[in-house]
Amino acid sequence: MIESLLSGLDTLLLLIFAAGALIGALLMIVLRQPMRVATALISTMVFLGGIYGLLGVHFIAAFQVLIYVGAVMVFMVYVIMLLDPRDPAIQQRFSKLLVPGVIGFVVLIFVLVGSTWKAATPVAPVGAGGFGLQQFAAAFLREYWLHFELTSVLLVAAIVAAVAVVKLQRRDRG
Amino acid sequence: MDKVQLLLALSIALFAIGLLGVIVRRNLLVMLMCMELMLNGVNLSLVTFAHQMGEAVGAVLVFLIFVVATAEIAVAIPIVLLLVKRKGSLDLAAYADLKG
Repeated sequence: MIESLLSGLDTLLLLIFAAGALIGALLMIVLRQPMRVATALISTMVFLGGIYGLLGVHFIAAFQVLIYVGAVMVFMVYVIMLLDPRDPAIQQRFSKLLVPGVIGFVVLIFVLVGSTWKAATPVAPVGAGGFGLQQFAAAFLREYWLHFELTSVLLVAAIVAAVAVVKLQRRDRG
Repeated sequence: MDKVQLLLALSIALFAIGLLGVIVRRNLLVMLMCMELMLNGVNLSLVTFAHQMGEAVGAVLVFLIFVVATAEIAVAIPIVLLLVKRKGSLDLAAYADLKG
C-alpha cells in the first residue's frame, strides 16, 4: 500500500515539476523586465533539477543547480544589474518577427512531435531504468576520458577569448 | 500518458519556446537566456532517453553540454557588454549595420 502511495506521489511531483517548468518557460516569452525573465528561467531550471532528481540521476540534478543556476544565471543577473533599466529594448518586448516567429513555432512543434513520438512509445525500460553515479563515473573516465580532457581545453579557450574581448574593449576606449 | 512521453513532450516544448524567444524578443540578454532554455530542453531529452535505456552515455553527454554552455556564456556576455558600450542599447534593431 505504501509502495503504491509512494509511486503515486512520484507521479504527482513529476506532473507538478513539469507544469512549473513549462509555466516558467512561457513567462520568459511574456515578461518585460530582463530580471523577471531571469527569475523565470531560474525557476524553470530548478524545476528541471527536481525532475532529474525524480528520475534517479541525482548527480545531474546537483550539477543542474550548481552550474546552471549557481554559475550561468548568477553571471547573467550581474550583467542585467550592470545595464541601464531605461533601455528602449525593455519598453518594447517583441521585434518585427513576431508573426513569422509564432508560425515557425507551431510548425516546429508539429515536426518535432511527429518525428519523435514513435521513438518514445514502444521501448519498454531496457536496462530496468536508472543508473548510478558509479556507472556514470566508470563510463566517463574509461571510455570518454578524451572528451573530458577536451572540455578543459575548451574552458581555457573560453577564458582566453573572454580576456581578449575585454582587452579589445580597453583598446577601443583609450 | 507515459512518463517518458510526458518528459519528451516537455523537452520539445522547452526547445520550441526557447527558439520562439530567440526569434521574437528584442532584448539581447533575453535572447541569450532563451538559448539557455533551448539547451535545457535538449538536456532533458538526453536524460530521459538515458533513463529509459538505463545507460550512462546520455548523462556523459549532458555533462559535456553543461561545460559547453558555461563556456558559451563566458564568451557571449563580454561580447554583449562590448556591443552595448558601442551602441548604447540592448535593442537588436540597433545592430542592423553589423556584417557577416
